[in-house]
Amino acid sequence: MTEFLGAVSGGVGLGAVYTLLALGFVIIYKSMQVISFAQPAFMFAGALLVTYLTPQIGFFLGVVVAAIGIAAVGLVVERLAIRPMVGKPVFVIAIITIGIDVIVRTIGGAFVGRDPRQIGDPWGNQTFDLAGVTIYQRHVAAVVVTTLLVLALLAFFRWTPIGLAMRASALDQEAAMAQGVSVGSVFAISWALAGALATVAGVFAATNTGGSMDRNLWLVALAALPVIILGGLDSLGGAVLGGLIIGVLQQLVAVYHRDWFPFLDTNLREITPYLVMLVVLLVRPHGLFGTKEVERV
Amino acid sequence: MTTLMKGTRWGRPELYTDYRQEMALLNTRSKKAGTIAIIALAAVLPLTVADDLLAILYAGLILAIGAIGLNLVTGYAGQVSLGHAFFVGIGAYTAAVISGDPDDRRLGYGIELMPVWLLGAGLAAALCGALIAPVATRLRGLYLAVVTLGLVFIGQYLFREFREISGGAEQSRRAAEPTLFGMNLTEDGAWTEEQKLYWFGLGLLIVMAVLARNVARSRIGRALQAIRDRDVAAGVMGVDLTRYKVIAFTLSSFYAGICGALLYASIGSFTPERFGLLMSVQFIAIVLIGGVATISGTIMGAMLIALLPRIAGELPAFVPFLSGSPSEHPNVFEFQEVMYGVLIVVFLLFEPRGLFGIWHRVRTYWKSFPFSY
Repeated sequence: MTEFLGAVSGGVGLGAVYTLLALGFVIIYKSMQVISFAQPAFMFAGALLVTYLTPQIGFFLGVVVAAIGIAAVGLVVERLAIRPMVGKPVFVIAIITIGIDVIVRTIGGAFVGRDPRQIGDPWGNQTFDLAGVTIYQRHVAAVVVTTLLVLALLAFFRWTPIGLAMRASALDQEAAMAQGVSVGSVFAISWALAGALATVAGVFAATNTGGSMDRNLWLVALAALPVIILGGLDSLGGAVLGGLIIGVLQQLVAVYHRDWFPFLDTNLREITPYLVMLVVLLVRPHGLFGTKEVERV
Repeated sequence: MTTLMKGTRWGRPELYTDYRQEMALLNTRSKKAGTIAIIALAAVLPLTVADDLLAILYAGLILAIGAIGLNLVTGYAGQVSLGHAFFVGIGAYTAAVISGDPDDRRLGYGIELMPVWLLGAGLAAALCGALIAPVATRLRGLYLAVVTLGLVFIGQYLFREFREISGGAEQSRRAAEPTLFGMNLTEDGAWTEEQKLYWFGLGLLIVMAVLARNVARSRIGRALQAIRDRDVAAGVMGVDLTRYKVIAFTLSSFYAGICGALLYASIGSFTPERFGLLMSVQFIAIVLIGGVATISGTIMGAMLIALLPRIAGELPAFVPFLSGSPSEHPNVFEFQEVMYGVLIVVFLLFEPRGLFGIWHRVRTYWKSFPFSY
């Protein structure tokens, strides 16, 4: 039982990372109906920036500065490569984001070097016991920060004028425009938000592996794509719940692989999110909370 | 006038009197002459070009076959697939298993007859495509892209997991060796390995390209394009969406399988890691750079992508800050990878019709020469 609860706590920590990434995907999707495949690169670049900033200005300030920095990168990318394409088929924009992902990731990769880089977080491998279950501090930190960010986002969408504008343009872009909402700035803000969220997610993805990052960190972000499919592309709540489900399931598979799938040598952990996604899509093509597309023929 | 309408004519007047004429493969005389000239030029190329460059061109020819497959499903039918690398991998492993040495540690049946393993690779991949298509047909647009992306990861897992076939993670396995008329193409003889492989690749590409072109201008091709342009409208017109999407996926996977079976013939071996997301992105890049829903454009794009490492390798001599060694930054390998992304973004922003679009513009310029504005 303690092993199970330990796996669940680790899964929740992982799920927090997925939630942050999925929120970025959903925010961009809601604003421009596009899945941004550039999120993995932003996450990677964000974590990388933190590894460079931490020795200079400390970890926490480093994360904040890096988040702002990557948000700025998101703004630039949106303005240069995405804005000219508004109105083109969504798949064209999605493929542009794949191109951007490759560019940002390769440029970032040049700064990694051969050895894994230390993110310099204060939690490391420290643990504490709660009713006999060993829990890592870093997982608690990830959950607390994610909860705060989700609450802040909800407040942002609920009470600020920009948040209202974003909700309005997600509902109906033309109507929002007619009411004086600047849809362009909505796009820009959603990209900046997604970039900042990806940075925080990247930091916790790195702390989850013990505080170091290498070139393969971006693969974690791709596992967040099944999360948004599971939760529904346009549902913030779905992103949170989907992140937790996928994170916990993945961690459980990682721990119990030998008992559940003795006939498979390689741990199924890596592809668990994708398998879950396939099953969900067969049953509910629009995810758990996604809006069902109405098709009139 | 009536004599003008008969048969092929010189390029200038685009006046067609029936549908068959408009859809003809080489509908103008200049097109016919141009195609023959290009094929003739490509055929004599190995006599003058160095072998290492020929090996790259061979890879380009084979990549073009795979990319034509992706263009059928993504370009013509409009179903974005990021899972092409998976089908290429299926083809590569099937061919290697069928033709592999039975006494080797890895599974092999020792059937070295090329038509058997080549078709086997194509059909195995096509079968996988047909199995996945029903899932894919339930999904539209970006959902499909994400699912096919997942397919790449699941595929890589499977390739690593079946050790008796692949040897496991990061283990290489010998690629199938093409033999033609009892002559092993991967061994030097009267002609070198690269020359023979190149000619074989060229011949196969011509066959596959004509086949794809014929599919594209037939009933199936029209149905696929109708689905791409508006699936609801296509359904209303009586196009069976599920059926044609399954056909598109199966055909596309068949091409991918053929591509996979031959892609590593000149290198000699491959690992499961080859069939990752980067390969899928590479194929997407080829299709976009070449031109969506064009066969000739796809071939141009494949050649450009295949030549990219070579072009990048030559650059340090001209660009002083670019290093040729992988331990220094920025180096040519990073440059090459960045270029995949840059080419995708630049072409989509500035030339959405790809290399074919550029060619089309040049052609139109000369066609209407004195008044080309």
